[in-house]
Amino acid sequence: MATSAIYILDLKGKTIIARNYRGDIDSSAIDKFIGLLMEKEEEGQSSPVLTYHETNFVFIKHTNIYLVSACRANVNVTMILSFLYKCVEVFTEYFKDVEEESIRDNFVVIYELLDEMMDFGFPQTTESRILQEYITQEGQKLVSAPRPPMAVTNAVSWRSEGIKYRKNEVFLDVIESVNMLASANGTILQSEIVGSVKMRVYLTGMPELRLGLNDKVLFEGNGRAKSKSVELEDVKFHQCVRLSRFDTDRTISFIPPDGAFELMSYRLTTLVKPLLWVDTSIERHSHSRVSFIIKAKSQFKRRSTANNVEIIIPVPSDADSPKFKTSIGSVKYMPEQSAIVWTIKSFPGGKEYLLTAHLSLPSVMSEDAEGRPPIKLKFEIPYFTTSGIQVRYLKIIEKSGYQALPWVRYITQNGEYELRMN
Amino acid sequence: MFSAQVIGALSVNPEKWFDKTIRNMTDSKYFTTTKKGEIFELKTELNSEKKEKKKEAVKKVIASMTVGKDVSALFPDVVNCMQTDNVELKKLVYLYLMNYAKSQPDLAIMAVNTFVKDCEDPNPLIRALAVRTMGCIRVEKITEYLCDPLRKCMKDEDPYVRKTAAVCVAKLHDMNPALVKDQGFVELLNDLLSDANPMVVANAVAALTEINEQKTVIEVNSQMVNKLLTALNECTEWGQVFILDALAGYTPRDDREAQNICERISPRLAHANAAVVLSTVKVLMKLIDIMPADSEFITQLTKKLAPPMVTLLSAEPEIQYVALRNINLIVQKRPDILKQEMKVFFVKYNDPIYVKMEKLDIMIRLAQQSNISQVLSELKEYATEVDVDFVRKSVRAIGRCAIKVEASSERCVQTLLELIQTKVNYVVQEAVVVIKDIFRKYPNRYESIISALCENLDTLDEPEARASMIWIIGEYAERIDNADELLESFVEGFHDENTQVQLQLLTAVVKLFLKRPGVAQALVQRVLSLATQDSDNPDLRDRGFIYWRLLSADPAAAKNVVLTEKPLISEETDLLEPSLLEQLVCHIGTLASVYHKPPSAFIDPAKAPLRQINPTTTNTNGANLLDTSSSSRNGTSSAPTVIPSQDQVIADLLSLDLNAPATTAAFGGNTMSGTTSSGGLDDLLGLGGDVSVPSVPVQSAHNPFDPLAGLGLGNPAAAQIPSQQQPAAIGGLAEIFGTNALSTNTLNYNYPKELLLDASKAMGMQVEGTFIRKSGRIYMELTITNKAMQAMSNFAVQFNKNSFGLVPAEQPNSLAPLLPNQSQNFTIACDTTGPVQSVFIYSFIQNKK
Repeated sequence: MATSAIYILDLKGKTIIARNYRGDIDSSAIDKFIGLLMEKEEEGQSSPVLTYHETNFVFIKHTNIYLVSACRANVNVTMILSFLYKCVEVFTEYFKDVEEESIRDNFVVIYELLDEMMDFGFPQTTESRILQEYITQEGQKLVSAPRPPMAVTNAVSWRSEGIKYRKNEVFLDVIESVNMLASANGTILQSEIVGSVKMRVYLTGMPELRLGLNDKVLFEGNGRAKSKSVELEDVKFHQCVRLSRFDTDRTISFIPPDGAFELMSYRLTTLVKPLLWVDTSIERHSHSRVSFIIKAKSQFKRRSTANNVEIIIPVPSDADSPKFKTSIGSVKYMPEQSAIVWTIKSFPGGKEYLLTAHLSLPSVMSEDAEGRPPIKLKFEIPYFTTSGIQVRYLKIIEKSGYQALPWVRYITQNGEYELRMN
Repeated sequence: MFSAQVIGALSVNPEKWFDKTIRNMTDSKYFTTTKKGEIFELKTELNSEKKEKKKEAVKKVIASMTVGKDVSALFPDVVNCMQTDNVELKKLVYLYLMNYAKSQPDLAIMAVNTFVKDCEDPNPLIRALAVRTMGCIRVEKITEYLCDPLRKCMKDEDPYVRKTAAVCVAKLHDMNPALVKDQGFVELLNDLLSDANPMVVANAVAALTEINEQKTVIEVNSQMVNKLLTALNECTEWGQVFILDALAGYTPRDDREAQNICERISPRLAHANAAVVLSTVKVLMKLIDIMPADSEFITQLTKKLAPPMVTLLSAEPEIQYVALRNINLIVQKRPDILKQEMKVFFVKYNDPIYVKMEKLDIMIRLAQQSNISQVLSELKEYATEVDVDFVRKSVRAIGRCAIKVEASSERCVQTLLELIQTKVNYVVQEAVVVIKDIFRKYPNRYESIISALCENLDTLDEPEARASMIWIIGEYAERIDNADELLESFVEGFHDENTQVQLQLLTAVVKLFLKRPGVAQALVQRVLSLATQDSDNPDLRDRGFIYWRLLSADPAAAKNVVLTEKPLISEETDLLEPSLLEQLVCHIGTLASVYHKPPSAFIDPAKAPLRQINPTTTNTNGANLLDTSSSSRNGTSSAPTVIPSQDQVIADLLSLDLNAPATTAAFGGNTMSGTTSSGGLDDLLGLGGDVSVPSVPVQSAHNPFDPLAGLGLGNPAAAQIPSQQQPAAIGGLAEIFGTNALSTNTLNYNYPKELLLDASKAMGMQVEGTFIRKSGRIYMELTITNKAMQAMSNFAVQFNKNSFGLVPAEQPNSLAPLLPNQSQNFTIACDTTGPVQSVFIYSFIQNKK
């Protein structure tokens, strides 16, 4: 049921570091990995799970390395993939950029981490803040050698005791990413909000926190159905949140880890008007030129403003000599992306802007068929949530009885925001 | 500390490394050592008095080990460094030991004392480190010494040590299961399940589950389940996965217990870790099945399942893929759960191709009257993308929608026609193939589009598309004025065609002749003679003969047989077989759920015993699968290419065909497209192609064949195969089918070897054999026994052309000469790349003297 070995490979498939937990994987098996991957990709059958004889590879790619797990049993693949992503997360906390060079630079600590995070193929402690308490890069004398922090095996395995701050503060960021997919004729095919509540916690001791949201299920239970509330379709919590408590009375109660973490994420399908909309009309004169008329509209309230708006409009890859005309923002042609990017620093609600673009096309048509990438939008709208979610309170209780200040920010941004083109 | 000379052991530019080393003083400096006398130099440094130098030397050794250099020669020197008060150094030495102990088992004993001592260390970190490392040293002599310290550590006061010791029991079991049992470790492990610390419980249950997978040592009982459920709320995310996976193996005593477990685990659906979510889904899916289906509780519970699964589609692409493969199972098992969620499966431009393909599959499964127009406009969008595989699958999906949702068929056909107008070659071919299926589902409804199809006749170059087009022409021969010309144009190049196309062409011409005898008289004679006289493909010839005799003996009967009304094809042609689906649902989240294969199909049989097979399947199987009686007669005397005499072939064909329909019919339900000419009867009946072969009822498949029995072509006795034997034959063929990478998902059994060739018939050579499947490949395992008086040698294996295209991929060249009364086992890999023909596998073993 567990994985047999973990490998970190470079892009050529050469092993940088390997940890063979079970000794049942032939050392030459991993050499087959990259060839297998290429072969599958060529056949159009790529997949994150590959088989070579009786060895199964489950892998992810991160920057210029592959993290590969090899196994011979019917393992829990989801667990392995989550674990590999967790490895990247922990390594990032340890040495920032996780890539070929930094892996080589830190091989000693990586060996130590791989041994602490996984035993005989079973994932163990993967909380990087706790690991950092007893796995450090400086060698220690045995006398002062670190002991396993209580937290490693505690029920509260993500926070150590004895944390102290002069000023007790909590920062809450509510970030909503809007995913939208619209067809070329303007029909909205899919529209959902993926929200995330991120926290930065600087609190002394073992504080008990309770977060109150305008959750519809909770309000209905309390007979406050009329108040403005949000119906969350699905909620996911950090492991510090007591899930059974939430299940019974929708209370979000937890002892937070120290520092930054994602407390929860939620998802809801919306039927609201898209926040930003782009109408395009394209005139193609094949063999000579193509012109675009692009109309961007903001459809949110006038008192909000979208910042750093980028509208990425795909153009034929063989286009050249761009000419643009617009009343606002700046336009750039990015040949390497085969796109023009229209940047508007500040886009108030209820406005409409226009861009016209002309590009030349070569007289000889290229033979390769081109895909039809969608228009993509990037934006940020501060102090605003599309769903209307609100933090009603954040109660902080610690036995020493200090006062702590919670700060809350809201922001809405683009997720996968795509409008298909004709 | 590091020398100036740089060696090229690293795959990246060593110079760069070196420069960086000087600047940053990172670990990479350890990779740079002199090549000359490197080992010697390290040896000196390892034995240095200075502690710092020692540590640096060990780091260099580990660095060499990491880049794959053999530093096992330094074993005694490194082990000498083990007794250190530096934790970091100790860890490195332990790491070295784990890697090289196996190559130096005698020296490894040297380390035991230190291990035992470290297990008593006041620092729990050291105790745990020692017991963890000892378990990883796979040297038998050491395992004996492991028992005492391990027992102590399992009762250690520190939970960190106990949780490490729990895993160590699994390690010990992997090396020496008997020792674990004899030394009472199972009981100790069981005690740890009641430990106050949740992480200890989680590791103990992980170890126990693994041990139980080999052989059940402790049954999970309801008491244990209670303890696990309590620990579930408090342990780490991984611990929760271990516990949930263990719970998936437990069957509750009654509804109440099942409901209680459901209530206590369902909050886990809100966990951020995808593995926790999927393992929870697994347990819930199993328990839902046990409880009464119509209760309010179940309705509520199933409602809770959809949102978390949809959320998994926002995870990392690899996890999305695993989630989609599992959703595919869940949608088949309980279509209601996700029926409202069509839109979330719409493909995004930047989705990796593996995610796109899976989403497409699920979209078709969820397609129904209420959402079909959305689905169709999406599919049409996808069909104009650039990725060829994705486009093909999208076109195929449109055809499947037409078959599944009758009300939409008109629009699907229209959409397909529009796609044909694009003239994109592979789109047109794919469209022709699916239109043939649509004709099979809705006969005589859309013939008006045939003329549009005919316009593209010349562009079809793929066998499947050509065969489909020919089928359409034959089927509607009476309405296509120039059907004879069209078919004639194909007949021109008859011998250049693929077998699939040839067979289809033969049938189509016969149909044309029966419908319009006037125009096709000459053509039919030409094709029949091409098939029977000029072809060396037995399948084609056999079919030609049958048609020929049928037509000359009784044209009316021929009409009844060939133009008989065909059963409509069913809508769901690619559902997993129910028993396999049941099995896979119990493996949600694991490799099996990704492969859609039972674990036994891809894991080492030594580790997981394969399922026993039904002993009644033996004899009849042998006769059906491997017609060795004919090969034995020919085997020793004739050239390898000789085919059994014609009479025999026909006799065999008949006995075969009476079995084959039953087999193909049984498979029709889940045979995917791509298996060529699946079984003779379908094509004989003019059912056309192989995509979406219907679930033909066995009875109706037999009836049209009855006239044949009277034609005196073969041995009537062959027709009387008792019906009880048929399942056996199905099982036998299922084995072969299951091994065909393309086709069914049948369970894989390993059949015991059967007697293929009796010594009395083959000059003393007795052959027993069976087919097995390992890692997706088919192997034939054979045992040859020499019962003759003289030695046998130079063995060669050959299969006759068979319907699976099975050919030996290798020869038993290495086989030593076989002395009298000796026997030998050997295994040969088989490929399915051979020519595809009749349903027999004739197997030749030749003993070249």
